[in-house]
Amino acid sequence: MNIAAAGTNENLAEISNYLIYSAMAVYTLAFVAYIAEWVFGSRSKVARTAAALGARGGADASAAGDGDGAGDGAGKQDAEPAAPAAKSAASGANSPASAGTSVLERARPKVVVRSSAGGRGDLPDGPGAAAGDAQGDLYGRMAVSLTTLAFLLHVAGVLTRSLSVQRAPWGNMYEFSTAFSMVGVGAYLAFLLARKNVRWIGLPLVTTVLLDLGLAVTVLYTESDQLVPALHSYWLWIHVSLAITCGALFYLGFVSTALYLFRDRYETKLLGGGKPGAFATSVMERLPSSVSLDKFAYRINAAVFPFWTFTIVAGAIWAGDAWGRYWGWDPKEVWSFITWVAYACYLHARATAGWKGRKAAYLALIAFACFLFNYYGVNIFFNGKHSYAGV
Amino acid sequence: MRTTDSAADAGTDGEPAVAGTDAGTGGPAEETRVAREAESQLSSLTTAPGEEKLHVPSIGVVGWARWFWRQLTSMRVALILLFLLSLAAIPGSVIPQTNVDAVKVEQFQKQHDVLSPVYEKLQLFDVYTSVWFSAIYILLFVSLVGCIVPRSWQFVGQLRSRPPRAPRRLDRMPAYTTWRTDAAPDEVLTGARRLLSGRRFRVEREGDAVASEKGYLREAGNLLFHIALIVLLLAFAAGQLWKSDGGKLIVQGQGFSNTLTQYDDFKSGSLFEPDDLDAFGFTLDDMHATYEESGPQKGTARDYRADISYWQGSGGKEQRTRIKVNHPLEIGDSKVYLMNTGYAPVVSVKDGKGGTAYRGPVPFLQQDGNLTSSGVVKVTDYRDAKGSKDQLGFQGFFVPTFDPTSGRMFSASPTMRNPVLFLTAYHGDLGLDYGAAQNVYQLDTKRMKQFKKADGSPLAKKILPGETMKLPDGGGELKFEGARRWAQFQVVHQVGNGWALGGALAAIGGLAGSLFIQRRRVWVRAVPGPDGSTVVEMAGLGRSESARLPEELGDLAYAVQAEAPPVDEQDGQDERDGQDGPDEQDDEQGTAGNDARQHDDRTHDDRDHDRDEDEASAGPSPRGDRT
Ligand code: HEM
Repeated sequence: MNIAAAGTNENLAEISNYLIYSAMAVYTLAFVAYIAEWVFGSRSKVARTAAALGARGGADASAAGDGDGAGDGAGKQDAEPAAPAAKSAASGANSPASAGTSVLERARPKVVVRSSAGGRGDLPDGPGAAAGDAQGDLYGRMAVSLTTLAFLLHVAGVLTRSLSVQRAPWGNMYEFSTAFSMVGVGAYLAFLLARKNVRWIGLPLVTTVLLDLGLAVTVLYTESDQLVPALHSYWLWIHVSLAITCGALFYLGFVSTALYLFRDRYETKLLGGGKPGAFATSVMERLPSSVSLDKFAYRINAAVFPFWTFTIVAGAIWAGDAWGRYWGWDPKEVWSFITWVAYACYLHARATAGWKGRKAAYLALIAFACFLFNYYGVNIFFNGKHSYAGV
Repeated sequence: MRTTDSAADAGTDGEPAVAGTDAGTGGPAEETRVAREAESQLSSLTTAPGEEKLHVPSIGVVGWARWFWRQLTSMRVALILLFLLSLAAIPGSVIPQTNVDAVKVEQFQKQHDVLSPVYEKLQLFDVYTSVWFSAIYILLFVSLVGCIVPRSWQFVGQLRSRPPRAPRRLDRMPAYTTWRTDAAPDEVLTGARRLLSGRRFRVEREGDAVASEKGYLREAGNLLFHIALIVLLLAFAAGQLWKSDGGKLIVQGQGFSNTLTQYDDFKSGSLFEPDDLDAFGFTLDDMHATYEESGPQKGTARDYRADISYWQGSGGKEQRTRIKVNHPLEIGDSKVYLMNTGYAPVVSVKDGKGGTAYRGPVPFLQQDGNLTSSGVVKVTDYRDAKGSKDQLGFQGFFVPTFDPTSGRMFSASPTMRNPVLFLTAYHGDLGLDYGAAQNVYQLDTKRMKQFKKADGSPLAKKILPGETMKLPDGGGELKFEGARRWAQFQVVHQVGNGWALGGALAAIGGLAGSLFIQRRRVWVRAVPGPDGSTVVEMAGLGRSESARLPEELGDLAYAVQAEAPPVDEQDGQDERDGQDGPDEQDDEQGTAGNDARQHDDRTHDDRDHDRDEDEASAGPSPRGDRT
């Protein structure tokens, strides 16, 4: 690397800082809008879970009332799981596989679905923070728009930082933090764009993004500058960007898992005939069902796990090139390993009797805690080969 | 154990139906049979070990050994061992480790005289080679092998046998659809068979039904992943056992050949033999380093590069190449890394008789970011003015860029612009003959006397290139001829790297297969109905519940219907009676099911919509499933 190119463009770096500050300001507005969504949305409470349980009880009762029992058991089974055929119909419409056959616009076959997940499997998802309230929904939409705007500023901030030093924008903890929350928000917006039901993540996500950026600009701030020779490698792009992406997605899984634990407790209480408090009801009713939350968390964690594995492998390859050993039990390596094993534990737990459900969820929380510690804790408390990351 | 649970669920699912079954289906015995069938279907969709009850064995040593082995290879114990492994790795990141940084361990031991012996006993300074850490991973390893081998056999067996035949009651499967058609049963089945094999299901026709299965890659991937872990672990272990790792500092123009004696320092694994060293050598032709010239990180290294000529084997041809940070030289199983660089002032020393007592570069070690370096020139073969034998030692600093205006002896930049040498001189016994290895960068002045100037003050001098420092009383002189760079290399010999990398990549591939693909079965049954038309039933079963399976079944049924179009029943468009009356047995069930659904229509619609979204949200998974 020649000396001329090694200089940093201080102007761009400054612009980057302003952009990050602006993004924070807009995120704050989005945060307020999300709060408003929750507050105004709560006016029209829809106790769907309780209603569903009630309906189920009612069905049982009426079936029992039939007396002769014909169709009673069957009704019970099918009432719970019944995934309406309409859904296959809807999804089938865009399935190319079935196109081109003789009958155009044929009706889709109806598929009867039986759940084996037990009674709990079929509680309906909550309606979201707005809970069908027009005003709440308006605030919710504003929140999403503001989040999008903030995200664009955020991206611009990261890009200009990168341009100012002419390298990947993740050479120290400040840059790592800003990129981390950027990817988190980006994933959230991408899910929304793909019409996933993820608006419930909005509030917790923006809250932590604000925290993360706040920490980044105060405690972790580092002037933009060049990297030490060990970081001059295309592995920096691969390894670190993957680590950031995995972390951000694991974070979404983490939020989902945490909410799952709350919602699960809430549902258990309802099923046991208990009466949760008004606040809990108001919040929990609007979240997706525990099964949906759990599934969302699992899918994310499972999908990210191979990438996290690759992140570690890429790191090992890089370490092999840079330090002469691919694995040396450096604190960062140790904690990556611990995080990996913890997530493997979680995946195993989901396939092990007596561990699925809440226990597996706790493992997922621990696993993410390990990830966080690997990022903050190890850089701050330990002095390993990775400590050039500049606190 | 997902397996067993699901099976249990299938059992409970079956339960209420007992009450509701009517005469035609055969009562509780039939139900139990159906439940058992469902159970066996589900458990044969995976090779995962089913969870065993913790019953205590009664028959002697063999019984216990069996029991122990079964526990060890169970999922629960694997889970516990994995958890223990992650816990056990923690202390190694908190307490300094000998194999990572021995100096830090020494410091720690000096500071904690109470804790240290305890830590020592618990092997906390060598966590990753300790007995307890090894015990955990060896147990896990054994468990892994003990789990993988039978599972692999089982899987091969599954691959060689036919897809399991259709359960008697297809409507008991997680996803189910049925319709009547005018096409003959045989036609329907032939069409279905063609369709399913076209979609890369393994298909088997058996009597009135077609059985098919797909997604073996899930199990294959999972096995591949676990086997790859074993490979990775073995490669890592081999790497540690046969590893060697040595450091060598070379001044520009000098060379190195890869034998034990040439190393400055050397570490090796317990099975390493000196013969394992690859035969090669190299000469450092040139060493370049650039540094940050401004800004807050002024002086930090930006780039290092060593130009070398190397040869391989005995009498191999010389080749030129460069070694940079992140770009080691690879020869055989050895890699040569560039670790550090600094300056070596070139000096020549004349003795009292005018003969050359010493001439050459002397590496000085870096003291600060600007490469202010300290070092020692030791001259053993020296005679004073009177011709009597003595030894000389010069101690001091080398400053690559001396800034006279600063008034300090520290370098202003790591780049050499205005090199200066500050030395003071001793004579006497260097202490080289006392056996103990001596640090070449330090001077042991215990048995030496410092040269004094005429006024009695210690002799010390700042010299520029070309200048000399004269010793008193015609005792000779030291000439500063210039400075060269030195480079420090680390030569690492490690076997099994390729295996480790291959294992890791295979593990990732296996993981992707295991996590993104679902293994599932689809059955089609076509039998003549009472009214002369054909009753077609299709059902699907997957390992885990997923909206994808019903969706896929819907797609398949839709495609089958192209050749077996549903008979347009009077109520064909009516949601409520969609599945009315294909046969007596399913009659009430179908209706009752639809009925109940109607009650709750909206809710289910929503829920299903959302679930659908979740489905796709795991990124690559939904697509991957289609393979
Ligand atoms: C005795 C040792 C082991 C046994 C018996 C075992 C067993 C299994 C089984 C049966 C599955 C399939 C579960 C399913 O399909 O859902 C599985 C999945 C998995 N195993 Fe292991 N395993 C062992 C060791 C390990 C080790 C050491 C690791 C590495 C950390 C590991 C990582 C995984 C992962 C990541 C999955 C994927 C989970 C999933 O498919 O959802 N396993 N293991």
